[in-house]
Amino acid sequence: MSLKLEPSPEQLKEMKVYKEMGLTDEEFAMVEKILGRLPNYTEIGLFSVMWSEHCSYKNSKPVLKKFPTKGERVLQGPGEGAGIVDIGDEQAVVFKIESHNHPSAIEPYQGAATGVGGIIRDVFSMGARPVAMLNSLRFGELDNARTKYLFKEVVAGIAGYGNCIGIPTVGGEIQFDPAYEGNPLVNAMCVGLIDHKDIQKGRAHGVGNTVMYVGAKTGRDGIHGATFASEELTDQSEENRPAVQVGDPFMEKLLLEACLELVKSDALVGIQDMGAAGLTSSSAEMASKAGSGIEMNLDLVPQRETGMTAYEMMLSESQERMLIVVKKGREQEIVDLFSKYDLEAVAIGKVTDDKMLRLIHNGEIVADVPADALAEEAPVYHKPSQEPAYYREYQDMENDIPAVEDYKETLINLLQQPTIASKEWVYDQYDYMVRTNTVVSPGSDAAVIRIRGTKKGLAMTTDCNSRYIYLDPETGGKISVAEAARNIVCSGGEPLAITDGLNFGSPEKPEIFWQIEKAADGISAACLALDTPVIGGNVSLYNETNGEAIYPTPIIGMVGLVKDLNHVTTQAFKAAGDLIYLLGETKDEFGGSELQKLTYGKIFGKAPEIDLDIEGKNQKQVLNAIRSGLVASAHDVAEGGLAVAIAESLIGSNGLGANVQISGNKVSALFSESQSRFLLTVKKENQQQFESLVDAKLIGEVTEQPVLTISSEEGLVLAEQVEALGQAWKGAISCLLK
Amino acid sequence: MRFAVIVFPGSNCDVDMYHAVKDELGADVEYVWHDAESLDEFDGILLPGGFSYGDYLRSGAIARFSNVMKEVVKAAEAGKPVLGVCNGFQILLEAGLLPGAMRRNESLKFICRPVELKVENNETMFSSAYEKDEVITIPIAHGEGNYYCDEETLAKLKDNNQIVFTYNGSNPNGSLENIAGIINEKGNVLGMMPHPERAVDELLGGADGLKLFQSIVKQWREAHVVKA
Repeated sequence: MSLKLEPSPEQLKEMKVYKEMGLTDEEFAMVEKILGRLPNYTEIGLFSVMWSEHCSYKNSKPVLKKFPTKGERVLQGPGEGAGIVDIGDEQAVVFKIESHNHPSAIEPYQGAATGVGGIIRDVFSMGARPVAMLNSLRFGELDNARTKYLFKEVVAGIAGYGNCIGIPTVGGEIQFDPAYEGNPLVNAMCVGLIDHKDIQKGRAHGVGNTVMYVGAKTGRDGIHGATFASEELTDQSEENRPAVQVGDPFMEKLLLEACLELVKSDALVGIQDMGAAGLTSSSAEMASKAGSGIEMNLDLVPQRETGMTAYEMMLSESQERMLIVVKKGREQEIVDLFSKYDLEAVAIGKVTDDKMLRLIHNGEIVADVPADALAEEAPVYHKPSQEPAYYREYQDMENDIPAVEDYKETLINLLQQPTIASKEWVYDQYDYMVRTNTVVSPGSDAAVIRIRGTKKGLAMTTDCNSRYIYLDPETGGKISVAEAARNIVCSGGEPLAITDGLNFGSPEKPEIFWQIEKAADGISAACLALDTPVIGGNVSLYNETNGEAIYPTPIIGMVGLVKDLNHVTTQAFKAAGDLIYLLGETKDEFGGSELQKLTYGKIFGKAPEIDLDIEGKNQKQVLNAIRSGLVASAHDVAEGGLAVAIAESLIGSNGLGANVQISGNKVSALFSESQSRFLLTVKKENQQQFESLVDAKLIGEVTEQPVLTISSEEGLVLAEQVEALGQAWKGAISCLLK
Repeated sequence: MRFAVIVFPGSNCDVDMYHAVKDELGADVEYVWHDAESLDEFDGILLPGGFSYGDYLRSGAIARFSNVMKEVVKAAEAGKPVLGVCNGFQILLEAGLLPGAMRRNESLKFICRPVELKVENNETMFSSAYEKDEVITIPIAHGEGNYYCDEETLAKLKDNNQIVFTYNGSNPNGSLENIAGIINEKGNVLGMMPHPERAVDELLGGADGLKLFQSIVKQWREAHVVKA
């Protein structure tokens, strides 16, 4: 018995109830046409979530088409739970990034926790064992109570879920900027390992096969979460708190182990996570992909609350659930398998041949709609695009070199900027070691985990400098991919592929849509140049608060293959006497830089230039030298420029120092953020061989005395105890949180 | 010597423990599910870290009622080595095999990092391969490792030399007297918050934990040589 009065089909149309669900008049008319009748309340609910941007990519599809998605090693591109890349020996790596921005803005702990839970399910629904987590976070400046609260709770939520389920959180990145004050970004990435033979697909094949529901019970949480994710945030968004789900990592740990046992069974036909839009998306997509239909009796769905309507069950985003299709007659095996983990596995329906998603509740058919219409036939919009006025203005500016009076003080100031400062306060809370495979822990360029039983490893990173992308989306998009690849290379890995988390403002605004298009162009160009196809990702639009958009933030999650763990390299300087080299050209580039932000309190001008040919060439040289055993340490020169990179390499070095010579403009030499640059150290005995492989410039030497000394032709530029640099860098974030 | 790694629903360091024993120590080891009826065929019992039963209610509070815990108690009474690490330690406390209780870390945050430990007592079957007062580096990863007991219990722990490991230098979680690991009076049940199974391979940053496992095997061999 339904406890709620639902509007009749006629009332739905007359009162335009669908508008509250996020559908337009035109979209409602399309639904009416598809069905040849008026939809009822449950049916329009199905369409509203499946046709939301979050599920259908209706606004971003034309942009996503630009991405190169194929490659020799790609086993699964976009379209399934996660993408898959071959790593040899019949093994493959599975990974994907996903956003949970709006839930985290409203309820930061649970928003972040369920973001982690959701992306883990995407990976194990492919049959893969999740082996590592990363994340990418954006907040406002840490100067007000609300932002500090969001930051602390998001980190605690990620830790709470990841630590409990026992998947190490090995890396990530965080930036702080007023642009994210009302709309923080929480993107989580999961990396899994799989043997080729275990790869699963979310397909409902075989008429008569049984549809089973496994995992946690369905409650009223998260109803319309996908729709909520596809709207701008406003001061009233707090009212959407019920649209945020609650996570149970213990339940997911059981579900994970049960599902990984399940994928070994030949009774399994298909499996899909009940993520956004829950039962609706999993059933409609599995049927649609297989060209079949599904009929489900909702009375059989395990329910946590009484009196749930069909609408509520279908739109609930309760966590830790999976929909599976199993061979008819094998249901009991599945029930037994899940009962070992104290989990429910319930037959709730069957695969049909009529391509319809048919739902039965209390003995009546409550929805009967074509599965393809839900999963595949959402309208696609080509939004108007327009170059924003600010872009032209910035492009016309001359490169500006900020004035620096005291180089030492400036370096210390930069090291204390939260975006640069040590993130130990954060990763101290993440269990980054569980499963005992973490070779390179958080804090170096890319994290590395070993693949047990082989000599191989996986390097992984998330990257995005959204300031560059705001100034120049196309160049910034290229830089994001290039920097991710640089981090992988510095750790001794060969970049394989990327997943992208595209976070933008409202696509209804032509200037925002222009940012999306241009950033995608830049990402695509870099992916082609560096041979790292896009194997999946996530789109999060409408990241605006009261009409103000975030910086365009397409986060790049990249995974690389370390062929031999002997190649693993970190950023810390290793021994006194090692020679310090800089690879790549330094120009007067400060647009969007940390020094510009520090000096003027804002960013402007051109983003740093990037030449993808040079980028590729430099990366190849470095990887080649690393694989030849000639590189003692390697570090990407990024935010804050060369001086910050050297300081970071020293702080991690256990008491070493450095003597460095710079030339040209001192401010540029120290703090410019020119691209495609690497800071490398090399043992003296390898000097000749290294120089024959890498076109790098010798700039100094690692010293025993723990002092950083930088000089130019004119004399001493700065000298500071490494201890003091370390204190500034390490203490900054916990200091701001007090 | 055959080890059992007990797997509770929610255990997540079971794999680490298993591989430390199998790959690095080179001993026989098997996973044993929490509903097992007997541990008779095993010579050593390992309770791994994780979040048994989600650590709902209180860490280890539900796990102690698992079927297998009756068998763990039996093994402890029979004098077999029983090692509880992290959540395993918490379960041993809840089961009454070791005295005291755990509180949340003083910082109220989960902490994961390598820490220095001091070997206070090297005359146990778990620590004989270390030197007395040796400083070793072993990672911690817990939210509730702030060990506490009443004064009387503490006096007993000290009198009987039951404090095996303490945190050296700074105390990460606020535990009483810097306690990191304690042993029962009989000397065959050790609970510790740091993870020795995470420190058995230089590739991952250090192998100071290996001697703990080697101590167990050494003791067992000696005991069985005498018997033979």
